[in-house]
Amino acid sequence: MRRYFGRKLLIYAVTFFVAVTVDWVIPRFMPGDPVQTMLARASLRPEASQAMQAYYTGVFGLDVPLWRQYLNFWGALVHGDLGVSIWLFPQPVTGIILRAIPYTLALLVPAILLSWWAGNKFGAYAARRRWLDNTVLPVGYVLTATPYMWLGILLAWALATEARLFPIAGGYSFDVEPSWSPRFAGNLLGHWFLPFASLFLVGFGGWAIGMRNLIIYELEADYAHYLEALGAPQRLVRRYAYHNALLPQLTGLALQLGVIVAGALVTEIVFSYPGLGYLILQAINNQDFFLIQGAFLFIIIGVLVANFCVDVAYVLVDPRTRTGMRGAT
Amino acid sequence: MTVSDADELAAATPAAATPVTVAGVRGRREALQVARRNRKLLVGLAVVLVFLAVAVVGPLLTDHGPNEYVGPPAQRPSARWWFGTTMFGQDVFAQFAHGLRATFLVGLLGGGLAAVIGMVVGFTAGYRGGAADEALSMLTNVVLVIPTLAVLLIIATYLRVRGVVPEAIFIGLFSWPWVARAIRAQTFSLRTRDFVDLARLSGVGGARIVLREIVPNMSSYLFMTFILLFGGSVLMAATLDFIGLGPTEGISLGLMMNNAVLWSALPLGMWWWFVPPGLGITMIVGALYIMNVGLDEVFNPRLREL
Repeated sequence: MRRYFGRKLLIYAVTFFVAVTVDWVIPRFMPGDPVQTMLARASLRPEASQAMQAYYTGVFGLDVPLWRQYLNFWGALVHGDLGVSIWLFPQPVTGIILRAIPYTLALLVPAILLSWWAGNKFGAYAARRRWLDNTVLPVGYVLTATPYMWLGILLAWALATEARLFPIAGGYSFDVEPSWSPRFAGNLLGHWFLPFASLFLVGFGGWAIGMRNLIIYELEADYAHYLEALGAPQRLVRRYAYHNALLPQLTGLALQLGVIVAGALVTEIVFSYPGLGYLILQAINNQDFFLIQGAFLFIIIGVLVANFCVDVAYVLVDPRTRTGMRGAT
Repeated sequence: MTVSDADELAAATPAAATPVTVAGVRGRREALQVARRNRKLLVGLAVVLVFLAVAVVGPLLTDHGPNEYVGPPAQRPSARWWFGTTMFGQDVFAQFAHGLRATFLVGLLGGGLAAVIGMVVGFTAGYRGGAADEALSMLTNVVLVIPTLAVLLIIATYLRVRGVVPEAIFIGLFSWPWVARAIRAQTFSLRTRDFVDLARLSGVGGARIVLREIVPNMSSYLFMTFILLFGGSVLMAATLDFIGLGPTEGISLGLMMNNAVLWSALPLGMWWWFVPPGLGITMIVGALYIMNVGLDEVFNPRLREL
């Protein structure tokens, strides 16, 4: 087990190192000068422009040798300093992102957990049941092929614009003050539901299909045939098949994390939901490079933490990793 | 091959497949016969071909570019404007047809590149083993954990001029890891088989053994992998375009949705603006997935409906 976690943590450490390096390299070595881009947008008088140029060169730390810039970047990072936002000047990037994170997590965590759980249960139930299988399969494939934002758009159009059941945009209405009141909580929940539902549905389709396919493989495995030959009830065989199929679904969850996070970002944009995705859209529209770089790092950290959670879950579910055998890779 | 490697394969893909060799001419003919009767395969293929036809022929039916302001704004679909017009009087059908072209281009190029990288890395790691395997597996695992969209986000932000081709290449460069992992696991199990040993004994080089002995034994799997990568690239491009980092010139389906949401098509109920692009992507990708299930049944007799 120690070897298992040691290996995983090494991979995550290397990944983090690579990500931070990418975050540092790209702004400096891409064609075009970000400082010039920002100044061009501001269109100042020449003398003011020169002062700004000097200021931003200092902010970017461009006036010292490259290796020094790189070390400074890490130094600032350790102190949680990701620079100053240009869109919301002069607020620090870290603070802006930390305010958006709870909204994103409130969408992501329930959507991931519930869609995984419900999709697995449903997929396992539908497998090899002719009627259900023939309906679940196409619906599941269509759901998992749906771009996240399009499902969000359709839900917003049908349930918000046309049926007027839910609000169409924002984290909460402008006419309520954020407070610990039931009224505000209800308002928050109403705004949360549609983005959550679109994330949930796309995920649900994918997990249901994955589980259905795995169960069919498992039911064709030798141990399943053997159990059947012994006269074990169908329920028991299916339970074994389900437990075996859960492991690859867990690995699948780790593989899908990046895609799900991307889905959450675009879903937030559809609903103008004040999380990280909406922030990134604003940052792009305002050429706010620091904010984008900061968001990048937060996404990486989030995905690494989530991956680690899946690893822990794997140890809990798969006894082979506990006993030191090479269960998971 | 450890249990979990096989599992992983299954988990990585919506429609997982184990490589089953349909050996010899007789097997191939049988597979073809089964394929001709497989409804999933046929329906999926038909849908993809219809959209491909629209992508090829569609732009020829209109005499104006996708972004030209040709009609009155916000028109509902009619005989004159098949899919209606946007807020600015652009022809939605022209945008849709041109966007489909971009979609197929991204799928082919991005999916193809990812398949090539994944195969090279997977075969090398799986066949050579040892230090090469350790290094490549580390690389694979690192790229696997980094969310593709995040990297594309930071790259695309700093590109002033963005085209569909570079977008497809960047997508391909970052979406290969699961393929490399799956192929590595399968190569591991194949390289100890007798026929591979025999080839090695007769003095055939490593690259030749992979190409002549190992690839043919998993060709069906490789093909299905490409289909999944195609779909993944299309979805990733749509996501990127929707965030506002799509092509700066031209049009794509993701960009259409981005424009629709940006210019209040939702509160105004202009469904003809945002329904076609999303529906196009969903139908193409969904049809590909269903095609894959069909192919799986063709290549793997145990899965055929009883």
